[in-house]
Amino acid sequence: MALAPAITDIEQLKSHPALARLLGWNATAVPAAKFDRDELTIWVEKSFIREACAILRDDPACPFNYLCDLTCVDWYPSEPRFEVVYHLLSIPTKERVRLKARVDGSSPAIESVTSVWPAANHYEREVFDLFGVRFTGHPNLQRIMMPDNWEGHPLRKDYPVEGYR
Amino acid sequence: MTQFPATVAEPGQDKTLVLNMGPQHPSTHGVLRLVLEIDGETIVRIRPDIGYLHTGIEKTCEAKFYQQVVPLTDRIDYLCPMTNNLTYCLAVEKLLGIEIPPKGQWMRVLMNELTRINSHLVWLGTHAMDLGAMTVFLYCFREREDILRLFEMVSGQRMMTSYFRIGGLALEPPIGFFDKVKKFADRFPGNVDEYEGLLTGNPIFLMRTKGVGLLSAEDAIALGAGGPTLRGSGVDIDLRRDDPYTGYENFKFKVPLGKDGDVFARYVCRVQELRESIGIVQQALAGMPEGPTKADAPKVVLPDREKMKTQMEALIYHFKIITEGFTVPAGEVYQAVESPRGEMGYYIVSDGTAKPYRVHMRGPSFANLQSLAKMCEGHLIADVVAVIGSIDVVLGDIDR
Repeated sequence: MALAPAITDIEQLKSHPALARLLGWNATAVPAAKFDRDELTIWVEKSFIREACAILRDDPACPFNYLCDLTCVDWYPSEPRFEVVYHLLSIPTKERVRLKARVDGSSPAIESVTSVWPAANHYEREVFDLFGVRFTGHPNLQRIMMPDNWEGHPLRKDYPVEGYR
Repeated sequence: MTQFPATVAEPGQDKTLVLNMGPQHPSTHGVLRLVLEIDGETIVRIRPDIGYLHTGIEKTCEAKFYQQVVPLTDRIDYLCPMTNNLTYCLAVEKLLGIEIPPKGQWMRVLMNELTRINSHLVWLGTHAMDLGAMTVFLYCFREREDILRLFEMVSGQRMMTSYFRIGGLALEPPIGFFDKVKKFADRFPGNVDEYEGLLTGNPIFLMRTKGVGLLSAEDAIALGAGGPTLRGSGVDIDLRRDDPYTGYENFKFKVPLGKDGDVFARYVCRVQELRESIGIVQQALAGMPEGPTKADAPKVVLPDREKMKTQMEALIYHFKIITEGFTVPAGEVYQAVESPRGEMGYYIVSDGTAKPYRVHMRGPSFANLQSLAKMCEGHLIADVVAVIGSIDVVLGDIDR
Protein backbone atom coordinates (compact mmCIF):
# COMPACT_ATOMS: atom_id res chain seq x y z
CA MET A 1 0.00 0.00 0.00
CA ALA A 2 1.92 3.01 -1.28
CA LEU A 3 1.24 6.47 0.07
CA ALA A 4 -0.85 8.71 -2.17
CA PRO A 5 0.50 12.25 -2.51
CA ALA A 6 -1.17 14.85 -0.32
CA ILE A 7 -3.80 17.10 -1.90
CA THR A 8 -3.35 20.73 -0.92
CA ASP A 9 -5.61 22.41 -3.49
CA ILE A 10 -8.65 23.84 -1.70
CA GLU A 11 -10.75 23.67 -4.91
CA GLN A 12 -10.39 19.87 -5.07
CA LEU A 13 -11.33 19.39 -1.41
CA LYS A 14 -14.47 21.53 -1.41
CA SER A 15 -16.77 18.50 -1.30
CA HIS A 16 -15.88 17.72 2.33
CA PRO A 17 -18.72 19.03 4.53
CA ALA A 18 -16.46 20.78 7.04
CA LEU A 19 -14.46 22.68 4.44
CA ALA A 20 -17.55 23.56 2.41
CA ARG A 21 -19.21 24.92 5.53
CA LEU A 22 -16.21 27.04 6.54
CA LEU A 23 -15.67 28.42 3.02
CA GLY A 24 -19.36 29.28 2.76
CA TRP A 25 -19.09 31.17 6.05
CA ASN A 26 -15.85 33.11 5.59
CA ALA A 27 -13.30 32.17 2.94
CA THR A 28 -10.67 34.56 4.35
CA ALA A 29 -10.56 32.59 7.62
CA VAL A 30 -9.30 29.48 5.84
CA PRO A 31 -5.80 30.04 4.46
CA ALA A 32 -5.01 26.42 3.58
CA ALA A 33 -6.21 22.82 3.65
CA LYS A 34 -4.59 19.45 3.16
CA PHE A 35 -5.86 15.92 2.52
CA ASP A 36 -3.22 13.39 3.45
CA ARG A 37 -3.45 9.72 4.51
CA ASP A 38 -7.27 9.89 4.40
CA GLU A 39 -7.37 12.76 6.89
CA LEU A 40 -8.45 16.31 6.21
CA THR A 41 -6.59 19.19 7.87
CA ILE A 42 -7.94 22.73 7.70
CA TRP A 43 -5.86 25.70 8.80
CA VAL A 44 -7.93 28.43 10.41
CA GLU A 45 -6.79 31.99 11.15
CA LYS A 46 -6.32 32.15 14.90
CA SER A 47 -8.56 35.20 15.37
CA PHE A 48 -11.50 33.22 13.90
CA ILE A 49 -10.94 29.93 15.72
CA ARG A 50 -13.77 30.10 18.24
CA GLU A 51 -16.31 31.23 15.64
CA ALA A 52 -15.12 28.58 13.18
CA CYS A 53 -15.58 25.89 15.85
CA ALA A 54 -19.05 27.16 16.71
CA ILE A 55 -20.01 27.20 13.00
CA LEU A 56 -18.86 23.59 12.59
CA ARG A 57 -20.60 22.44 15.76
CA ASP A 58 -23.92 23.96 14.68
CA ASP A 59 -23.83 22.70 11.08
CA PRO A 60 -27.31 21.12 10.65
CA ALA A 61 -26.23 18.56 8.02
CA CYS A 62 -22.99 17.40 9.64
CA PRO A 63 -22.64 18.73 13.19
CA PHE A 64 -19.09 18.35 14.54
CA ASN A 65 -20.47 18.13 18.04
CA TYR A 66 -17.68 16.12 19.68
CA LEU A 67 -14.24 17.49 20.50
CA CYS A 68 -11.98 14.43 20.44
CA ASP A 69 -8.72 16.05 21.19
CA LEU A 70 -6.98 19.38 21.54
CA THR A 71 -3.23 19.62 21.55
CA CYS A 72 -0.29 21.64 20.31
CA VAL A 73 2.86 21.17 18.26
CA ASP A 74 5.99 23.28 18.76
CA TRP A 75 7.88 24.07 15.52
CA TYR A 76 10.77 25.84 17.27
CA PRO A 77 12.80 27.69 15.94
CA SER A 78 10.55 28.55 12.97
CA GLU A 79 7.79 31.15 13.23
CA PRO A 80 4.85 31.10 13.81
CA ARG A 81 6.12 28.74 16.41
CA PHE A 82 3.06 26.88 17.71
CA GLU A 83 0.25 25.05 16.00
CA VAL A 84 -2.80 24.37 18.15
CA VAL A 85 -4.52 21.25 16.81
CA TYR A 86 -8.21 20.40 17.22
CA HIS A 87 -9.61 16.98 16.31
CA LEU A 88 -13.35 17.00 15.78
CA LEU A 89 -15.82 14.19 15.27
CA SER A 90 -19.38 14.36 14.04
CA ILE A 91 -21.28 11.74 16.03
CA PRO A 92 -24.30 11.50 13.64
CA THR A 93 -22.24 11.16 10.43
CA LYS A 94 -18.94 9.84 11.88
CA GLU A 95 -16.95 12.39 9.83
CA ARG A 96 -13.63 13.57 11.24
CA VAL A 97 -11.72 16.76 10.65
CA ARG A 98 -8.58 18.35 12.04
CA LEU A 99 -8.38 22.11 12.55
CA LYS A 100 -5.10 23.91 13.03
CA ALA A 101 -4.35 27.43 14.14
CA ARG A 102 -0.88 28.96 14.00
CA VAL A 103 0.23 30.95 17.02
CA ASP A 104 3.42 33.00 17.15
CA GLY A 105 6.03 32.35 19.82
CA SER A 106 6.64 35.80 21.34
CA SER A 107 3.48 35.94 23.43
CA PRO A 108 1.46 32.88 22.47
CA ALA A 109 -2.27 33.28 23.03
CA ILE A 110 -5.44 32.09 21.31
CA GLU A 111 -9.11 32.31 22.10
CA SER A 112 -10.49 29.48 24.23
CA VAL A 113 -13.14 27.13 22.80
CA THR A 114 -14.53 26.13 26.22
CA SER A 115 -17.68 28.08 25.39
CA VAL A 116 -18.20 25.84 22.33
CA TRP A 117 -17.30 22.51 23.95
CA PRO A 118 -16.95 22.38 27.76
CA ALA A 119 -14.71 19.36 27.05
CA ALA A 120 -11.93 21.74 25.97
CA ASN A 121 -11.39 22.82 29.60
CA HIS A 122 -8.83 20.20 30.66
CA TYR A 123 -7.18 20.01 27.25
CA GLU A 124 -6.52 23.74 27.13
CA ARG A 125 -5.13 23.63 30.65
CA GLU A 126 -2.82 20.84 29.55
CA VAL A 127 -1.58 22.80 26.53
CA PHE A 128 -1.10 25.88 28.72
CA ASP A 129 0.84 23.83 31.26
CA LEU A 130 3.11 21.96 28.87
CA PHE A 131 3.50 24.50 26.02
CA GLY A 132 2.78 27.86 27.62
CA VAL A 133 0.09 28.85 25.14
CA ARG A 134 -2.51 31.03 26.88
CA PHE A 135 -6.20 30.60 26.12
CA THR A 136 -8.11 33.85 26.51
CA GLY A 137 -11.55 33.44 28.02
CA HIS A 138 -10.73 30.14 29.74
CA PRO A 139 -12.56 29.88 33.09
CA ASN A 140 -9.69 28.35 35.07
CA LEU A 141 -6.36 28.53 33.26
CA GLN A 142 -3.99 26.85 35.72
CA ARG A 143 -1.34 24.19 35.47
CA ILE A 144 -2.84 20.71 35.44
CA MET A 145 0.01 18.17 35.23
CA MET A 146 3.01 19.99 36.69
CA PRO A 147 3.19 21.55 40.17
CA ASP A 148 1.99 25.16 40.34
CA ASN A 149 5.48 26.52 41.05
CA TRP A 150 7.13 24.70 38.13
CA GLU A 151 9.36 26.77 35.87
CA GLY A 152 9.14 26.39 32.12
CA HIS A 153 6.89 24.39 29.84
CA PRO A 154 8.21 20.84 29.41
CA LEU A 155 6.88 19.95 25.95
CA ARG A 156 8.51 22.94 24.29
CA LYS A 157 11.30 21.87 21.99
CA ASP A 158 13.85 24.14 23.71
CA TYR A 159 13.15 22.42 27.05
CA PRO A 160 15.73 19.64 27.56
CA VAL A 161 14.47 16.07 27.83
CA GLU A 162 16.31 15.64 31.14
CA GLY A 163 14.87 18.90 32.48
CA TYR A 164 16.89 21.85 33.79
CA ARG A 165 19.53 20.74 36.27
CA MET B 1 -26.85 23.38 35.35
CA THR B 2 -27.32 21.16 38.36
CA GLN B 3 -30.27 22.20 40.49
CA PHE B 4 -29.18 22.28 44.12
CA PRO B 5 -31.64 21.72 46.95
CA ALA B 6 -32.64 24.98 48.58
CA THR B 7 -30.80 24.23 51.82
CA VAL B 8 -27.41 23.94 50.13
CA ALA B 9 -25.11 26.91 50.53
CA GLU B 10 -23.49 28.67 47.60
CA PRO B 11 -19.87 27.64 47.01
CA GLY B 12 -17.27 29.84 48.67
CA GLN B 13 -19.44 30.81 51.65
CA ASP B 14 -18.40 29.94 55.16
CA LYS B 15 -21.11 27.32 55.52
CA THR B 16 -19.26 24.76 53.46
CA LEU B 17 -16.42 22.44 54.39
CA VAL B 18 -13.54 21.48 52.12
CA LEU B 19 -12.71 17.79 52.24
CA ASN B 20 -9.79 16.07 50.58
CA MET B 21 -10.46 12.71 49.00
CA GLY B 22 -7.29 11.02 47.85
CA PRO B 23 -4.67 10.80 46.47
CA GLN B 24 -4.37 7.76 48.76
CA HIS B 25 -8.06 7.03 49.10
CA PRO B 26 -8.65 3.40 48.04
CA SER B 27 -11.76 4.04 45.99
CA THR B 28 -10.13 6.67 43.76
CA HIS B 29 -8.49 3.82 41.82
CA GLY B 30 -4.96 5.16 41.92
CA VAL B 31 -3.74 8.62 42.74
CA LEU B 32 -6.73 10.76 41.90
CA ARG B 33 -7.24 13.60 44.34
CA LEU B 34 -10.67 15.13 44.62
CA VAL B 35 -11.26 18.37 46.47
CA LEU B 36 -14.83 18.23 47.69
CA GLU B 37 -16.67 21.26 48.97
CA ILE B 38 -19.50 19.89 51.05
CA ASP B 39 -22.49 21.16 52.95
CA GLY B 40 -23.29 18.38 55.39
CA GLU B 41 -23.33 15.24 53.28
CA THR B 42 -24.14 17.08 50.04
CA ILE B 43 -21.49 18.03 47.51
CA VAL B 44 -21.55 21.66 46.46
CA ARG B 45 -18.48 21.57 44.26
CA ILE B 46 -16.03 18.91 43.22
CA ARG B 47 -12.66 19.60 41.65
CA PRO B 48 -10.32 16.84 40.47
CA ASP B 49 -6.62 17.46 41.02
CA ILE B 50 -4.45 15.33 38.78
CA GLY B 51 -0.82 15.04 37.76
CA TYR B 52 0.49 12.81 40.57
CA LEU B 53 1.44 10.15 38.03
CA HIS B 54 2.73 12.49 35.33
CA THR B 55 5.91 10.98 33.92
CA GLY B 56 6.26 13.01 30.74
CA ILE B 57 5.79 10.08 28.39
CA GLU B 58 4.99 12.42 25.48
CA LYS B 59 8.33 14.16 25.94
CA THR B 60 10.20 10.86 26.32
CA CYS B 61 8.71 9.62 23.03
CA GLU B 62 10.37 12.49 21.18
CA ALA B 63 13.79 11.19 22.25
CA LYS B 64 13.21 7.56 21.20
CA PHE B 65 13.17 5.71 17.90
CA TYR B 66 9.71 4.78 16.64
CA GLN B 67 10.06 1.14 17.68
CA GLN B 68 11.36 2.10 21.13
CA VAL B 69 8.12 3.92 21.94
CA VAL B 70 6.05 0.68 21.94
CA PRO B 71 6.99 -0.37 25.53
CA LEU B 72 6.20 3.16 26.76
CA THR B 73 2.65 2.91 25.46
CA ASP B 74 1.93 -0.10 27.70
CA ARG B 75 2.44 2.05 30.73
CA ILE B 76 -0.13 4.68 29.85
CA ASP B 77 -3.36 2.80 30.32
CA TYR B 78 -1.92 -0.13 32.21
CA LEU B 79 -5.19 -2.06 32.35
CA CYS B 80 -5.38 -2.38 28.57
CA PRO B 81 -1.76 -2.47 27.40
CA MET B 82 -2.55 -4.13 24.08
CA THR B 83 -5.07 -1.46 23.12
CA ASN B 84 -2.33 1.13 23.58
CA ASN B 85 0.11 -0.96 21.55
CA LEU B 86 -2.52 -1.34 18.86
CA THR B 87 -3.32 2.36 18.61
CA TYR B 88 0.33 3.36 18.42
CA CYS B 89 1.25 0.66 15.89
CA LEU B 90 -1.73 1.46 13.68
CA ALA B 91 -0.82 5.14 13.71
CA VAL B 92 2.81 4.50 12.71
CA GLU B 93 1.72 1.96 10.09
CA LYS B 94 -0.62 4.58 8.66
CA LEU B 95 2.27 7.05 8.53
CA LEU B 96 4.45 4.48 6.79
CA GLY B 97 1.68 3.25 4.50
CA ILE B 98 2.03 -0.44 5.39
CA GLU B 99 -0.66 -2.97 6.20
CA ILE B 100 -0.11 -6.23 8.04
CA PRO B 101 -1.28 -9.65 6.77
CA PRO B 102 -4.73 -11.04 7.73
CA LYS B 103 -3.47 -13.43 10.41
CA GLY B 104 -1.68 -10.57 12.16
CA GLN B 105 -4.84 -8.49 12.04
CA TRP B 106 -7.04 -11.27 13.39
CA MET B 107 -4.57 -11.96 16.17
CA ARG B 108 -4.70 -8.28 17.03
CA VAL B 109 -8.49 -8.40 17.22
CA LEU B 110 -8.37 -11.56 19.37
CA MET B 111 -5.82 -10.14 21.81
CA ASN B 112 -7.51 -6.74 21.88
CA GLU B 113 -10.84 -8.28 22.90
CA LEU B 114 -9.17 -10.38 25.60
CA THR B 115 -7.63 -7.12 26.83
CA ARG B 116 -11.07 -5.52 26.91
CA ILE B 117 -12.40 -8.42 29.01
CA ASN B 118 -9.37 -8.16 31.29
CA SER B 119 -9.93 -4.44 31.78
CA HIS B 120 -13.68 -4.80 32.34
CA LEU B 121 -13.06 -7.55 34.92
CA VAL B 122 -10.83 -5.25 36.96
CA TRP B 123 -13.47 -2.55 36.66
CA LEU B 124 -16.32 -4.87 37.70
CA GLY B 125 -14.42 -6.27 40.67
CA THR B 126 -13.26 -2.92 42.05
CA HIS B 127 -16.54 -1.15 41.31
CA ALA B 128 -18.50 -3.81 43.16
CA MET B 129 -16.03 -3.78 46.03
CA ASP B 130 -16.34 0.01 46.34
CA LEU B 131 -20.05 -0.54 46.80
CA GLY B 132 -19.53 -3.25 49.41
CA ALA B 133 -19.79 -6.45 47.37
CA MET B 134 -16.53 -8.20 48.15
CA THR B 135 -17.23 -11.56 46.51
CA VAL B 136 -17.45 -10.25 42.95
CA PHE B 137 -13.88 -9.00 43.19
CA LEU B 138 -12.58 -12.48 43.95
CA TYR B 139 -14.64 -14.03 41.14
CA CYS B 140 -13.45 -11.43 38.59
CA PHE B 141 -9.80 -11.79 39.48
CA ARG B 142 -10.11 -15.56 39.14
CA GLU B 143 -11.01 -15.14 35.45
CA ARG B 144 -8.54 -12.28 34.98
CA GLU B 145 -5.78 -14.61 36.10
CA ASP B 146 -6.66 -16.93 33.21
CA ILE B 147 -6.39 -14.05 30.74
CA LEU B 148 -3.07 -12.92 32.19
CA ARG B 149 -1.77 -16.46 31.75
CA LEU B 150 -2.80 -16.29 28.10
CA PHE B 151 -0.94 -12.98 27.77
CA GLU B 152 2.12 -14.53 29.35
CA MET B 153 1.90 -17.41 26.92
CA VAL B 154 2.04 -15.22 23.81
CA SER B 155 4.25 -12.37 24.95
CA GLY B 156 6.16 -13.57 28.03
CA GLN B 157 4.60 -10.81 30.12
CA ARG B 158 1.45 -10.66 32.19
CA MET B 159 0.78 -6.93 32.07
CA MET B 160 3.29 -4.85 30.10
CA THR B 161 3.00 -7.05 27.05
CA SER B 162 4.37 -4.92 24.17
CA TYR B 163 3.05 -7.72 21.99
CA PHE B 164 2.01 -5.65 18.98
CA ARG B 165 4.93 -4.18 17.08
CA ILE B 166 5.09 -1.80 14.15
CA GLY B 167 4.39 -3.99 11.13
CA GLY B 168 3.06 -7.04 12.96
CA LEU B 169 3.38 -9.01 16.18
CA ALA B 170 6.38 -9.63 18.40
CA LEU B 171 6.06 -13.43 18.21
CA GLU B 172 3.95 -16.09 16.56
CA PRO B 173 1.35 -17.49 18.96
CA PRO B 174 2.79 -20.68 20.54
CA ILE B 175 1.47 -24.21 19.93
CA GLY B 176 -1.60 -24.92 22.02
CA PHE B 177 -2.46 -21.25 22.52
CA PHE B 178 -5.70 -21.32 20.54
CA ASP B 179 -6.92 -24.41 22.42
CA LYS B 180 -6.44 -22.60 25.71
CA VAL B 181 -8.25 -19.50 24.45
CA LYS B 182 -11.07 -21.72 23.20
CA LYS B 183 -11.39 -23.40 26.59
CA PHE B 184 -11.56 -20.01 28.28
CA ALA B 185 -14.03 -18.59 25.76
CA ASP B 186 -16.38 -21.58 26.18
CA ARG B 187 -16.39 -21.23 29.95
CA PHE B 188 -16.54 -17.46 30.27
CA PRO B 189 -20.24 -16.74 29.47
CA GLY B 190 -21.11 -18.93 32.48
CA ASN B 191 -18.83 -16.78 34.62
CA VAL B 192 -20.59 -13.62 33.45
CA ASP B 193 -23.87 -15.22 34.55
CA GLU B 194 -22.28 -15.72 37.97
CA TYR B 195 -21.34 -12.02 38.26
CA GLU B 196 -24.76 -10.97 37.11
CA GLY B 197 -26.37 -13.34 39.57
CA LEU B 198 -24.50 -11.58 42.36
CA LEU B 199 -25.16 -8.01 41.24
CA THR B 200 -27.84 -7.34 38.62
CA GLY B 201 -30.80 -8.19 40.82
CA ASN B 202 -29.14 -7.40 44.12
CA PRO B 203 -31.33 -4.81 45.95
CA ILE B 204 -28.36 -3.22 47.75
CA PHE B 205 -26.44 -2.81 44.51
CA LEU B 206 -29.51 -1.42 42.75
CA MET B 207 -30.08 1.15 45.50
CA ARG B 208 -26.51 2.34 45.22
CA THR B 209 -26.51 2.58 41.41
CA LYS B 210 -30.01 3.30 40.04
CA GLY B 211 -30.65 6.99 39.50
CA VAL B 212 -27.16 7.88 40.77
CA GLY B 213 -24.65 9.88 38.72
CA LEU B 214 -27.07 10.95 36.02
CA LEU B 215 -25.53 12.23 32.78
CA SER B 216 -27.71 13.26 29.86
CA ALA B 217 -26.69 12.48 26.29
CA GLU B 218 -26.17 16.19 25.47
CA ASP B 219 -23.93 16.70 28.50
CA ALA B 220 -21.97 13.54 27.76
CA ILE B 221 -21.22 14.70 24.22
CA ALA B 222 -20.42 18.28 25.24
CA LEU B 223 -18.06 17.10 27.99
CA GLY B 224 -16.30 14.70 25.63
CA ALA B 225 -17.13 11.52 27.56
CA GLY B 226 -16.50 8.27 25.70
CA GLY B 227 -17.06 4.54 25.65
CA PRO B 228 -19.57 3.05 28.08
CA THR B 229 -19.92 6.44 29.81
CA LEU B 230 -21.26 7.86 26.53
CA ARG B 231 -23.19 4.75 25.48
CA GLY B 232 -24.77 4.45 28.93
CA SER B 233 -26.45 7.77 28.13
CA GLY B 234 -27.82 6.33 24.90
CA VAL B 235 -25.38 7.77 22.34
CA ASP B 236 -24.87 5.12 19.67
CA ILE B 237 -21.17 5.16 18.83
CA ASP B 238 -18.54 2.45 18.75
CA LEU B 239 -15.42 2.98 16.64
CA ARG B 240 -15.02 -0.75 16.07
CA ARG B 241 -18.25 -0.66 14.06
CA ASP B 242 -18.32 2.95 12.79
CA ASP B 243 -14.70 3.40 11.77
CA PRO B 244 -13.33 -0.16 11.57
CA TYR B 245 -9.61 -0.76 11.94
CA THR B 246 -7.40 -3.88 11.91
CA GLY B 247 -10.12 -6.06 10.38
CA TYR B 248 -13.06 -5.36 12.74
CA GLU B 249 -15.32 -5.10 9.67
CA ASN B 250 -15.18 -8.94 9.46
CA PHE B 251 -16.80 -9.43 12.86
CA LYS B 252 -20.41 -9.34 13.94
CA PHE B 253 -21.26 -7.85 17.30
CA LYS B 254 -23.88 -5.67 18.94
CA VAL B 255 -23.21 -2.32 20.55
CA PRO B 256 -25.00 -2.29 23.92
CA LEU B 257 -26.70 0.98 24.76
CA GLY B 258 -28.15 2.31 27.99
CA LYS B 259 -31.09 4.66 28.33
CA ASP B 260 -30.98 6.25 31.75
CA GLY B 261 -27.39 7.53 31.83
CA ASP B 262 -26.94 6.49 35.47
CA VAL B 263 -24.34 4.27 37.14
CA PHE B 264 -26.51 1.21 36.61
CA ALA B 265 -26.87 1.88 32.86
CA ARG B 266 -23.09 2.04 32.52
CA TYR B 267 -22.82 -1.19 34.52
CA VAL B 268 -25.26 -2.94 32.18
CA CYS B 269 -23.40 -1.65 29.10
CA ARG B 270 -20.07 -2.99 30.29
CA VAL B 271 -21.44 -6.37 31.33
CA GLN B 272 -23.09 -6.72 27.91
CA GLU B 273 -19.77 -5.77 26.32
CA LEU B 274 -18.13 -8.67 28.16
CA ARG B 275 -20.54 -11.02 26.36
CA GLU B 276 -20.05 -9.32 22.98
CA SER B 277 -16.26 -9.42 23.37
CA ILE B 278 -16.21 -13.12 24.08
CA GLY B 279 -18.38 -13.55 20.96
CA ILE B 280 -15.73 -11.71 18.91
CA VAL B 281 -13.05 -13.94 20.43
CA GLN B 282 -15.04 -17.02 19.36
CA GLN B 283 -15.40 -15.64 15.81
CA ALA B 284 -11.68 -14.86 15.66
CA LEU B 285 -10.83 -18.39 16.76
CA ALA B 286 -13.20 -19.97 14.23
CA GLY B 287 -12.00 -17.93 11.28
CA MET B 288 -8.32 -17.42 12.08
CA PRO B 289 -6.56 -17.22 8.67
CA GLU B 290 -3.27 -18.95 7.92
CA GLY B 291 -0.10 -17.19 6.87
CA PRO B 292 2.45 -14.77 8.25
CA THR B 293 1.77 -12.32 11.09
CA LYS B 294 4.30 -9.69 10.01
CA ALA B 295 4.23 -7.28 7.09
CA ASP B 296 6.75 -7.75 4.28
CA ALA B 297 8.71 -4.59 5.07
CA PRO B 298 12.32 -5.57 5.86
CA LYS B 299 13.35 -2.01 6.68
CA VAL B 300 10.72 -1.73 9.42
CA VAL B 301 10.09 -5.24 10.79
CA LEU B 302 12.87 -7.09 12.58
CA PRO B 303 13.91 -10.28 10.71
CA ASP B 304 13.42 -13.77 12.12
CA ARG B 305 16.19 -14.95 14.41
CA GLU B 306 16.83 -17.99 12.21
CA LYS B 307 17.27 -15.89 9.07
CA MET B 308 19.83 -13.71 10.80
CA LYS B 309 22.07 -16.74 11.25
CA THR B 310 22.06 -17.66 7.57
CA GLN B 311 21.32 -14.50 5.57
CA MET B 312 23.63 -11.50 5.31
CA GLU B 313 20.80 -9.11 4.39
CA ALA B 314 18.70 -10.04 7.38
CA LEU B 315 21.65 -9.37 9.67
CA ILE B 316 22.25 -5.96 8.06
CA TYR B 317 18.59 -4.94 8.38
CA HIS B 318 18.54 -6.05 12.00
CA PHE B 319 21.65 -4.01 12.75
CA LYS B 320 20.28 -0.95 10.95
CA ILE B 321 16.87 -1.04 12.67
CA ILE B 322 18.40 -1.47 16.12
CA THR B 323 21.13 1.18 15.77
CA GLU B 324 19.54 3.80 13.51
CA GLY B 325 15.82 3.04 13.59
CA PHE B 326 13.85 3.58 10.41
CA THR B 327 12.77 6.83 8.83
CA VAL B 328 9.09 7.62 8.54
CA PRO B 329 7.79 9.91 5.74
CA ALA B 330 6.89 13.38 7.00
CA GLY B 331 3.24 13.92 7.83
CA GLU B 332 0.75 13.50 10.63
CA VAL B 333 -1.98 11.06 11.57
CA TYR B 334 -4.63 10.73 14.23
CA GLN B 335 -5.57 7.13 14.86
CA ALA B 336 -8.57 6.45 17.09
CA VAL B 337 -9.38 3.07 18.61
CA GLU B 338 -12.26 1.98 20.85
CA SER B 339 -10.54 1.18 24.13
CA PRO B 340 -12.47 -0.31 27.09
CA ARG B 341 -12.95 3.24 28.39
CA GLY B 342 -13.72 5.11 25.18
CA GLU B 343 -11.91 6.67 22.27
CA MET B 344 -8.18 6.26 22.59
CA GLY B 345 -6.40 8.40 20.02
CA TYR B 346 -2.75 8.76 19.10
CA TYR B 347 -1.71 11.88 17.21
CA ILE B 348 1.75 11.46 15.73
CA VAL B 349 3.67 14.08 13.78
CA SER B 350 6.66 12.93 11.76
CA ASP B 351 9.33 15.23 10.36
CA GLY B 352 10.87 12.51 8.19
CA THR B 353 13.47 11.30 10.71
CA ALA B 354 13.71 8.10 12.76
CA LYS B 355 12.26 9.70 15.89
CA PRO B 356 8.70 11.02 16.20
CA TYR B 357 8.52 14.81 16.24
CA ARG B 358 5.48 14.78 18.49
CA VAL B 359 3.36 12.03 20.00
CA HIS B 360 0.15 12.97 21.75
CA MET B 361 -2.12 10.47 23.45
CA ARG B 362 -5.78 11.25 23.79
CA GLY B 363 -6.62 9.29 26.89
CA PRO B 364 -10.25 8.27 27.33
CA SER B 365 -10.08 8.59 31.13
CA PHE B 366 -8.82 12.17 30.85
CA ALA B 367 -11.96 13.04 28.91
CA ASN B 368 -14.30 11.02 31.12
CA LEU B 369 -12.99 12.65 34.28
CA GLN B 370 -14.40 16.01 33.15
CA SER B 371 -17.93 14.67 33.44
CA LEU B 372 -17.39 13.78 37.12
CA ALA B 373 -18.43 17.20 38.42
CA LYS B 374 -21.64 17.15 36.39
CA MET B 375 -22.56 13.73 37.82
CA CYS B 376 -21.69 14.40 41.48
CA GLU B 377 -22.60 17.99 42.32
CA GLY B 378 -25.76 18.17 44.39
CA HIS B 379 -25.52 14.53 45.44
CA LEU B 380 -24.10 12.69 48.46
CA ILE B 381 -20.47 11.91 49.22
CA ALA B 382 -21.18 8.18 49.12
CA ASP B 383 -22.35 8.55 45.51
CA VAL B 384 -18.94 9.90 44.45
CA VAL B 385 -17.47 6.47 45.07
CA ALA B 386 -20.12 4.86 42.87
CA VAL B 387 -19.63 7.45 40.12
CA ILE B 388 -15.82 7.16 40.05
CA GLY B 389 -16.20 3.42 39.72
CA SER B 390 -18.72 3.79 36.92
CA ILE B 391 -16.51 5.99 34.71
CA ASP B 392 -13.65 3.53 35.26
CA VAL B 393 -10.74 5.95 35.58
CA VAL B 394 -7.17 4.79 35.07
CA LEU B 395 -4.76 7.38 36.37
CA GLY B 396 -1.88 6.30 34.18
CA ASP B 397 -4.06 7.23 31.25
CA ILE B 398 -5.00 10.61 32.71
CA ASP B 399 -1.56 11.81 33.79
CA ARG B 400 0.63 10.12 31.17
